[in-house]
Amino acid sequence: MSIKKLDQAALDRWVDGLIEKQKVVGVKAKGDRFAFGELTSSSELRLDYDVTILPPKKFFLPQVEDLLTFQKDTGFESVITQESVVLFGVHPYDTFAINQLDILFSENNEDIHYKARREATTIVACDVQAASENVFAGCMGTATVDSGYDIMLTKINDEYLVDINTEKGEVLTHDLIDLPDATDNDLETRERIRESNRKNLRKHELRPAVGYLPKLLGETYDHELWEEKAKLCFSCGSCNLVCPTCYCFDVQDDFNWDMSSGRRFRIWDGCMLANFATVAGNHNFRDDKAARYRHRYLRKGKYIPEKIGQIGCVGCGRCITACVANIANPVEVYNRLAEGNE
Amino acid sequence: MTVMTAHQKISGKDIYLPELATVREVRPMTHLEVFLELALDSGKELGHKPGQFAEISIPGIGEAPISISSSPTQSGIFQLVVRNAGNVTRAIHGLKKGDKVGIRGPFGTSFPVEEAMSGKDVLFICGGIGLVPVRSAINYVLHNRQNYGDVSILFGAKQPAERLFTDEIEEWKKREDVYFAETVDRPDENWTGNVGVITRLIPKLKFNPLNTICVVCGPPVMYKYVILELWWKRMSNDNIYVSLERRMKCGVGKCGHCQINGLYACQDGPVFKFSDVTEVPEAI
Repeated sequence: MSIKKLDQAALDRWVDGLIEKQKVVGVKAKGDRFAFGELTSSSELRLDYDVTILPPKKFFLPQVEDLLTFQKDTGFESVITQESVVLFGVHPYDTFAINQLDILFSENNEDIHYKARREATTIVACDVQAASENVFAGCMGTATVDSGYDIMLTKINDEYLVDINTEKGEVLTHDLIDLPDATDNDLETRERIRESNRKNLRKHELRPAVGYLPKLLGETYDHELWEEKAKLCFSCGSCNLVCPTCYCFDVQDDFNWDMSSGRRFRIWDGCMLANFATVAGNHNFRDDKAARYRHRYLRKGKYIPEKIGQIGCVGCGRCITACVANIANPVEVYNRLAEGNE
Repeated sequence: MTVMTAHQKISGKDIYLPELATVREVRPMTHLEVFLELALDSGKELGHKPGQFAEISIPGIGEAPISISSSPTQSGIFQLVVRNAGNVTRAIHGLKKGDKVGIRGPFGTSFPVEEAMSGKDVLFICGGIGLVPVRSAINYVLHNRQNYGDVSILFGAKQPAERLFTDEIEEWKKREDVYFAETVDRPDENWTGNVGVITRLIPKLKFNPLNTICVVCGPPVMYKYVILELWWKRMSNDNIYVSLERRMKCGVGKCGHCQINGLYACQDGPVFKFSDVTEVPEAI
């Protein structure tokens, strides 16, 4: 598939053309930070963003999502939402996270609610232009990405390279056919930018090798750090909510006003919340704050890799920024666990 | 927004979609538990194995994971015993004959009645409503009595009024080919049987640990003490099966609530071979 070169004006024209045809979600400024939201004009798109407040997973796994409707006595019906969306400006680490969710929602028991939204989405990824204050993707192997997107944009000098990776991506770039292809020189420049991202998206330096983390976590179950950090934890779940690979959810019912029909929906949940594992009768299977804190790191660094072969942390650094108690830095945790263990 | 039903564009089954079942019989069992007999409206068998659970939906209230208490050898229906403990189970207690509920499942692993237990002596140790899922296996074993050696059942309840399946217990007591013993923590004035925790019944029990498969199900606190007693009887961890309760929402290994370290109680359990979870700190 081809790689096109666009200047800013051509990019804007392309984005505006897409907006006319379908829903385009992209990164926009939100106060002094950034967030994914529906675009009404290319002028809103901020591909120079550092990191978004919430990851793009909310478009496949919305904060609140109807799963079923019901009618008392006649039963339940699936609600499948399949709306064609272009997701514009996804950073490589978030692309990795989406690819993980793709596996987790399709393996074993396929979740067609997730699948419907995911299949209707075209992902336009974008190489990072500005490092956020806490990013450590460079240490996690997620500063750049080679697959799992439909189109990849890279800014070189004042122009953009548009790398078309899939048929979905080709459909979206029909209007760009007449534009020039990238030269070998451009590709070399792109490689230099990526090399620099791999080197520089490291605001925190992970000492143990990523592949060693599952073993490390298996050997440090009773480490004093869990208690030490968790003592300060408010169990607020902020780290869960901003995490691009967290996908735990609760399921609840709601009646309509007629009190005989209604809906069943899922809503984001978090393993750091105090009652995440509480059953009816009020027995909490993970009552201890330190056990909840440890569970989150083990899930990312051991249980998920045991399931899908890849660490469940992509180094976006959102948890570090979101944590009000300043205890959620995974690099700090992993480095400390590795002390004397290297 | 395009909203459509499952079969229009996306292929595959909706793992969250319950089917309807009708309440065929309902009666109180104790002051805490209700007994229900249900049948799928489709006319099909639920198709469960002993020890599995189903997600029971009360529209508008929610869904709860409930152990199936009947043996699959009983065709056309399935039975549940539900303790009134939360929103959904409270609503289940309000059900009447003819009412409809949603059913998903059966889910999870089962007691190895056809695998490890076949041809062996079997020992069931149940505390309180732990008898509910285990009854499924007990009745399966008694239905196929010739395929097993000695059958022993130990049951413990907090008090006589909380004893479950008292009619069946009387039958088990009468049978020559079943050893049954029970105890209560707090006797009432009419109670003449054993008093004390269930572990006290184990030392008196005669069995060959090398030829016995043991099933344990009860409140979380029970497992450790029962297993310690079984170890005194030189029972191997490979011969012990435990059924573990956890918070379950989706039942299909997605929502994350039921995790026991890296295991999912809803998929890898609820029945675990004990030797598979001895290195899983959150299990017991």
